[in-house]
Amino acid sequence: MSVDMNQFHTVFFEESTEHLQTMEELLLNISTDAPDPEDLNSIFRAAHSIKGGSGIFGFDALTGLTHVMETILDKARNNELDLTTDIVDVLLATTDTLGGIVQSYQDETDIDWQQIEKGKADLEAILKDDDAPTEMPQVSSEEEDGFGFFDDDEPVATVAADNPVVEDDDGFGFFDDAPGTESIVETTPATSSEAANEEQGFGFFTEPKPAKAIPDEEAFGFFTDEPSSPKPAAKPAAKKTAKPAQAKSTATKEAGSIRVDTIKIDNVVNLVGEMVITQSILSMIGQEVEGTSGEKLNATLEELSRNIREIQEATMSMRMIHVSFVFNRFPRLVRDLAKTLNKKIDLVIEGGETEVDKSMIEKLADPLTHLVRNSLDHGIEPLEKRLAAGKPEVGTVILRAEQRGGNILISIQDDGGGLSREKILEKAITNGLDVDENMPDEAVWQLIFAPGFSTAEAVTDVSGRGVGMDVVRRNIEAIQGTIDIHSTAGQGSTFTIKLPLTLAIIDGLCVSVAGETYIIPLLNIIESLQPTPQQIKTLANDNVLWSRDAYWPLVCLHQQMCIPGEPKPLAESIIVLVEVGKKRYGIIVDQLLGKQQVVIKSLERHYRKVDGISGATILGDGKVAMIIDVDNLAKTEQLSQVG
Amino acid sequence: MESVSSQERIHAASVGENKEYLTFMLGEEQYGLAIIQVKEIRGYEPVTKIANAPDFIKGVINLRGDIVPIVDLRVKFKVSEATYNEFTIVIMLNVQDRIVGIVVDSVSDVINVTEDEVHPPPEFGVAFDSRFLDGLASVDDGLVILVNIERLITSEEIGIFDSMNQQNEGSV
Repeated sequence: MSVDMNQFHTVFFEESTEHLQTMEELLLNISTDAPDPEDLNSIFRAAHSIKGGSGIFGFDALTGLTHVMETILDKARNNELDLTTDIVDVLLATTDTLGGIVQSYQDETDIDWQQIEKGKADLEAILKDDDAPTEMPQVSSEEEDGFGFFDDDEPVATVAADNPVVEDDDGFGFFDDAPGTESIVETTPATSSEAANEEQGFGFFTEPKPAKAIPDEEAFGFFTDEPSSPKPAAKPAAKKTAKPAQAKSTATKEAGSIRVDTIKIDNVVNLVGEMVITQSILSMIGQEVEGTSGEKLNATLEELSRNIREIQEATMSMRMIHVSFVFNRFPRLVRDLAKTLNKKIDLVIEGGETEVDKSMIEKLADPLTHLVRNSLDHGIEPLEKRLAAGKPEVGTVILRAEQRGGNILISIQDDGGGLSREKILEKAITNGLDVDENMPDEAVWQLIFAPGFSTAEAVTDVSGRGVGMDVVRRNIEAIQGTIDIHSTAGQGSTFTIKLPLTLAIIDGLCVSVAGETYIIPLLNIIESLQPTPQQIKTLANDNVLWSRDAYWPLVCLHQQMCIPGEPKPLAESIIVLVEVGKKRYGIIVDQLLGKQQVVIKSLERHYRKVDGISGATILGDGKVAMIIDVDNLAKTEQLSQVG
Repeated sequence: MESVSSQERIHAASVGENKEYLTFMLGEEQYGLAIIQVKEIRGYEPVTKIANAPDFIKGVINLRGDIVPIVDLRVKFKVSEATYNEFTIVIMLNVQDRIVGIVVDSVSDVINVTEDEVHPPPEFGVAFDSRFLDGLASVDDGLVILVNIERLITSEEIGIFDSMNQQNEGSV
């Protein structure tokens, strides 16, 4: 029998990544003059957790580096070392290296030992500068030996703690029987909070399954004789009285969330969807029951339907996460990039608490990174230029998220030089794009989304290779979003990404064509009408509709969906006027069935993409209905004849 | 990742000594497919048609929240008249992490076939291209044509899996 170590590894990788993020975030915000002790403690704890975990699993590359890092942090929090920007820089660089190592372990690729040695050397240099005690390297080697092994005759609770480095290990249940360390446990506040942290974090000690596996498990290899050691190891430390304030802060940080696999959530969402359908079938049956029991039944069904709707909303909200999840990476990026570019840039983040569907968040990271880099590199002008233009020396980039109606707007605004109309047009002409001098600004801006388009004067490391903006737009369109640009020469530009609130549910209008039901997203619909003969005109064999002071091209859903038979005469049909982007047209359908909120199901999951269809949904009776992709239903050529 | 591993598992099973096949009828002929890929068997129910789909793709159904395509092998291989009545059967298959339903005339049995009972498929005389066949096996009441259903369903001729591959290439 063997225990699947992978599950622990996965947890470890996830948590390490999280710890690294925490460290980075805190390091970025730390004030070098008067660092907040609690912040230092948090950073320390994060480093320590990684060290501990890596020791358990034998990820030595992480252990060595975090150990030195820990030493520095420990000195800093004990006021033995004054933080400087340089030290923070080195620490930040170390978090990057650590991130790289975690990734390497995760992908099972080779580890860049050189990088680690360099990182270690940099860190040790700091310690030396600060007249670090000479026993440093020695402690480190000692630790490596000790890691991951229990020494049977070493009772857990007597782990020595007078050396700050060793002391912090007792939360892990590692034993270090180095001479001179066997004394009474002396707890610092950090130790206790760490122990709590460990217990919760690693899932190693608290999860019933692995715990059960431990006693008879040889595969673990690091318990020689004391199967129940992990618990006692953690407990004595946790029981130690700590400063209440610090214990509390740890508690509040850790409360309130659990880690759930997204697949599980998606399953729940799906099941709830099924429940909604079953419920509506039940309601239909309920209608047929007569008499008092029928009334009772229907009242209960009504109650049930309300409950189910609430469950549906609740499950949907589980998929929503704060946009700060993706925003939080930018302070670091901006800090580093500004340094590289030798610019002074202030990043302002607004609306980080706006909630966005998780699947969208993941896909937003890349395009946003690209846009932010662009703003920094091309948007904000070099120092001299800014001063010459009478602008403040420090450029500002605002990253903002807000919910407006059924959409999420995410904008990246800079106070730089703005897009250059001339340069874009010039470049477009060189690239052989179809342009003319009198194009409106918006149309000119959209040109930068063409493949291979870059107007950067020099290709830099940062950006300017001309691959990118087209990818940005593709990525955003993939999550049903659109991107708009506003730019004023000399004042800056704003890129606004407009996203649907969720990818999972839309409000739709159910229409029927030859007995089949289709859903048209309500977002796209302007109005539905029954045309009068006077409104219908013929233009080059195609019918168009005169409405709202314009001619609307018409698309026959019957033909587009390849339904056999002849469509209904136009005069008896209903026309749904729709708009998407710059496209406006009318869809001819047989009749309207009503408005309904539908859960979007992927057609591509088990089948493939179908032209003119964005997905499918399941109707109240359990049947599948196709959701019309308004953008894709009518080919642009078909519509262009009528402006 | 997952689909790869399941593929491997299936492959491993196919080179194994003993393999279970679900036999079904298409017209007069008896076919078999690896039972490991069968998710469930259900009666034919009305489907929702898909625009621009070939005629052998009948449409999609709702399988407990999943939108699953239904392929009528009888239409695709012109082996028997495609009638739909209360006896028409749909076999739901798990293929490379996807679910696909195939329409057959009836389902007969589950048989155990050992490796040495499998004879190489004939080059002609079978509705299926021989590259979609594992071979022939004789059972009590005659021959069973063993179909490599995974290869068949993922083939270009069925065309369900095309776009997925393209998509993957596109995103790389």
